[in-house]
Amino acid sequence: MSDAPTAQAVAPSAAPLAVPRSGWHVATVAATHRETPNATRIELDVPGWPGNAAGQHLDVRLTAPDGYQATRSYSIASSGSSTRVVLAVDKLPDGEVSPYLVDDVRAGDMLEVHGPLGAFFVWAPAADTGDHRPVQLIAGGSGVVPLYAMAHAHADASDPTPFRLLYSVRTPDDVYFDDEFATLVDAAAPLQLDVVYTRRAPEGWATAPGRIMREALEAAVFPASERPRVFVCGSTGFVERVADWLVELGHDPRSIRTERYGGA
Amino acid sequence: MSFITRGFSGRGRERDDRLPPGQTLVTDFPVLSAGPTPEVDTDDWEFTIRTETGAHSWNWDEFMALKIDDVDTDIHCVTHWSKLGTRWRGVSLDTLFEDVETQYDYVMAHSYGGYTTNVPLDELLDGKAWVAFEFDGEPLDPEHGGPARLLVPHLYFWKSAKWVRGLVMMDQDEPGFWEQNGYHIHGDPWKEERYW
Ligand SMILES: Cc1cc2nc3c(=O)[nH]c(=O)nc-3n(C[C@H](O)[C@H](O)[C@H](O)COP(=O)(O)OP(=O)(O)OC[C@H]3O[C@@H](n4cnc5c(N)ncnc54)[C@H](O)[C@@H]3O)c2cc1C
Repeated sequence: MSDAPTAQAVAPSAAPLAVPRSGWHVATVAATHRETPNATRIELDVPGWPGNAAGQHLDVRLTAPDGYQATRSYSIASSGSSTRVVLAVDKLPDGEVSPYLVDDVRAGDMLEVHGPLGAFFVWAPAADTGDHRPVQLIAGGSGVVPLYAMAHAHADASDPTPFRLLYSVRTPDDVYFDDEFATLVDAAAPLQLDVVYTRRAPEGWATAPGRIMREALEAAVFPASERPRVFVCGSTGFVERVADWLVELGHDPRSIRTERYGGA
Repeated sequence: MSFITRGFSGRGRERDDRLPPGQTLVTDFPVLSAGPTPEVDTDDWEFTIRTETGAHSWNWDEFMALKIDDVDTDIHCVTHWSKLGTRWRGVSLDTLFEDVETQYDYVMAHSYGGYTTNVPLDELLDGKAWVAFEFDGEPLDPEHGGPARLLVPHLYFWKSAKWVRGLVMMDQDEPGFWEQNGYHIHGDPWKEERYW
C-alpha cells in the first residue's frame, strides 16, 4: 500500500473498450411510457447516434424560452448500433429537470443529447473481452437503467457468463422493466434476479420490507470467492454503502465498478 | 445549435457569473467515483513526487509540518454541478515542488485505489493547486478523497485526484484513468472541456 507510485497506473485496469466518440445530437422523442407511478421511459430517435456500449450514459440539455439551460446525465437502457436510444427517468419531487422529463415530455418533442459517455461503467460480451468471471449487478431504484442495458446485451449475445442482479426498490410498483426482466430471466443467457423491497413488499413475501443490510447483501450476491465483477449503480448513498460492504465481504475493490447518481 | 425545449421553463434564473457554462449550483457535495471508496490510514499514508532522477517523499507528520494554506475557491464537477466559496486547507504544490528539480512538463497524479489523472505541471504551480486534507473545517471525508486529495480548482474536479498518494513527472502528456475513459485530456470548465 505504501510503496511509491511508479509510472504505471496500478489498479483499475482502465483498458477502455472501443467506444464511439461522443458528440451533440438532436433527439426526437419517439414514444414515452409510464414505467412506474414515479418514472417514465423515453424512447429517442437520434439520427447520427454512433451506437453505445451497455452501461454508458448521455447528457440531456434543456433550453427555456429565455435561453436558460439545464443539463443532466442519464444512463442509457439500450445498447448496440441502433439509433433508437432508451432512457428511464425517476422524478425527484423538487428537481428541476426530472419532473419535466417524467411528466411533460411527449412524442414529437426534440431534446439535445450529448453522448455516448463513459467508457468504464460498461459491459461487453465475454466473446469480445475474454473475461469469463461471473457478473454481479446491484441496483438501487433508477440505478437499474444501465444494469438493465447490460443484462439485455448479455441475453442478446447469448453470453454464457453467469449474471445476477440484486435490485433494491421501494415497492413492487417501482420495478423498472418488469416484463422485460421476466423475459431476460427466461432467456438462454443465465440471469438470476433478486428483488429487495425497502418500503412495501408483495403480499406473502418472506422478508419484511427494509433497507438492504450487509447480511442480505451477502446472501444475494456471488461470493467473493467466485471473483465476480460487480457493477453498482444508484444514489450516491446507496452505492457508497453497498460498495463499502462488498469490500468488507472480501470483494476485490478493483473488480467493483460504480456509478453514483447523486443525492444522499 | 441549441433550440428551445417545448414546455421547459427551468428553475434557477440568477445566473451567477462565477458559474461556468452548463453548470448548476448545488449546496450538497456530490461524489464522482469509479469504484469503492478506499480506506487510507494516515499512519500508512505517504506522498511521493517522482522525477526523472529520484523521489521526494513525506509521511503524514512530515506533511503536516509543511506550510499550510487556507483556500477559498469554487469547484466544478464534470457532471454539471458547481459549488461556490468552498473552504479547504492544504499544502500548496509550490511548497511541495520547492526542492524538486525536473525537466519534465507533465504530471500524472496517482491515487490509493489505483486511479490516475494527468495535469500539466504549470497548471499546478503558482498558487493554482494544493494537496488538501481539510474541507469546511473538518478532516476530509474518505468519500470526498480523504485523508488527502489534490485540489486543482480551475480544472474540472476529477483532476483533483481523491486519495492522492503521489505525482509522477512525465516527459509527455498522457491520459490518466479518467481521461482514458472518456474525459477530456485537459478539463477547463470555462471552455466546457468535459469529454473528448
Ligand atoms: C452518470 C449518471 C447517470 C444518471 N442516470 C440516471 C437515470 O438513468 N435515471 C434517473 O432518473 N436519473 C439518473 N441520474 C440522475 C440525474 O442526472 C439527475 O441528477 C436527476 O434526474 C435529478 O435531476 P433534477 O434536475 O430533477 O434534480 P435537481 O434539481 O438537480 O436536484 C434536486 C435535489 O436532488 C438531489 N439529487 C440529485 N440526484 C439525486 C438522486 N439520484 N437521488 C436523490 N437525490 C438526488 C440533488 O442533490 C438536489 O439536492 C444520473 C446521474 C448520473 C451522474
